[in-house]
Amino acid sequence: MKPRHKRIALIGGSLAALGIATAFVLNALDSNLAFFVTPTEIAEGKAPQGKTFRVGGMVKEGSLRRDNLTVHFLITDTAKEVPVAYTGILPDLFQEGKGAVAQGRIGADGVFVASEVLAKHDENYMPPEAQHAVDQAQQTAKTLKQ
Amino acid sequence: MSNNRVVQWFKYASPQSFYPLAGRMIPWFWALAAVFGAAGLWISFFVAPTDFQQGEGYRIIFIHVPAAWMSMFIYLVMAAWAGLGLALNTRLSGMMAQALAPTGALMAFLSLWTGAFWGKPMWGAWWVWDARLTSALILFFLYIGFIALQAAIDDPRRADKAGAILALVGVVNVPIIYFSVKWWNTLHQGASVSLMKAPTMAATMLWGMLLMALAFWMYSIAVALMRVRAIILEREAHTDWVKELDEVRS
Repeated sequence: MKPRHKRIALIGGSLAALGIATAFVLNALDSNLAFFVTPTEIAEGKAPQGKTFRVGGMVKEGSLRRDNLTVHFLITDTAKEVPVAYTGILPDLFQEGKGAVAQGRIGADGVFVASEVLAKHDENYMPPEAQHAVDQAQQTAKTLKQ
Repeated sequence: MSNNRVVQWFKYASPQSFYPLAGRMIPWFWALAAVFGAAGLWISFFVAPTDFQQGEGYRIIFIHVPAAWMSMFIYLVMAAWAGLGLALNTRLSGMMAQALAPTGALMAFLSLWTGAFWGKPMWGAWWVWDARLTSALILFFLYIGFIALQAAIDDPRRADKAGAILALVGVVNVPIIYFSVKWWNTLHQGASVSLMKAPTMAATMLWGMLLMALAFWMYSIAVALMRVRAIILEREAHTDWVKELDEVRS
């Protein structure tokens, strides 16, 4: 083996070892790397008790209710939902049926009291006319099902 | 025949023959960068439609996404050159890695900066510590660390070796950035464009973004070649071939 081959083997070996080590570390840190927990995880008791955390999901259609300066809405991941109360200004992209992440803690009554609400944008980019067409298609599909 | 081609190819691994080759290529890459950039900006600002939800603010992706792609890709290329230099002891490899680092750092900074400007109106926060943003920030620090480490060691060959090890160790971060939005819940949205599925954006928007990405590629290659020529002159200043260059003698 030439010294060059030895070096290549050494570099390759170290990189592989490093990659495996990183994979283990990331695997161990998995739950801590999540930016938010989902309503299902809260229902399973995976949310930190008595501490601030973030809950993320879709703002349920028709659940947004304003009560003076406080807004109430449900965050859902289609399986479970969590009621959220928030006093403050919502970001522009915050809408029913769109993603949102709320930071705060769960009170004794099961309501998540948020100190901060962020809108989560999805990966879809399209002009308004295209969105209109999508809406109409979905409407038609709904009517056909009935 | 094939043997001949191999010999010809390796000829350019020597700084002396790569220096004039790079000099001939630079104007072409600048020209391509200008053409793609002009076309890309035209589509981005005048042709691409407004987004249904974000309005005009989404247009920041025409800079943000190409810059983020480049920051990751340049890192891979830089690490590949660094690794090649470490394995084969070729002089040019270390110079290429050194020449790419500042452009990579610029791209990483651009992606973070434009991302913050987009995040404030859209998410409601300049910055959040989610997996995508944090790993992208680490990438920026890796570039800065690489540049600082190389600058701190006087002997260029030793500087190359130390930098190469740092660059190679940092490679693990690149797949983490790329897949972070898939592996964990992040505030950052998933990829709109990927090799695995159809893009989830309107065609003209996509064209604008791809043209801008091409312009960023050409720009990056052009400035990296210019920088590597300067590094070659600096490191080979003691050699006869450098002393005999027209631009050095005059």
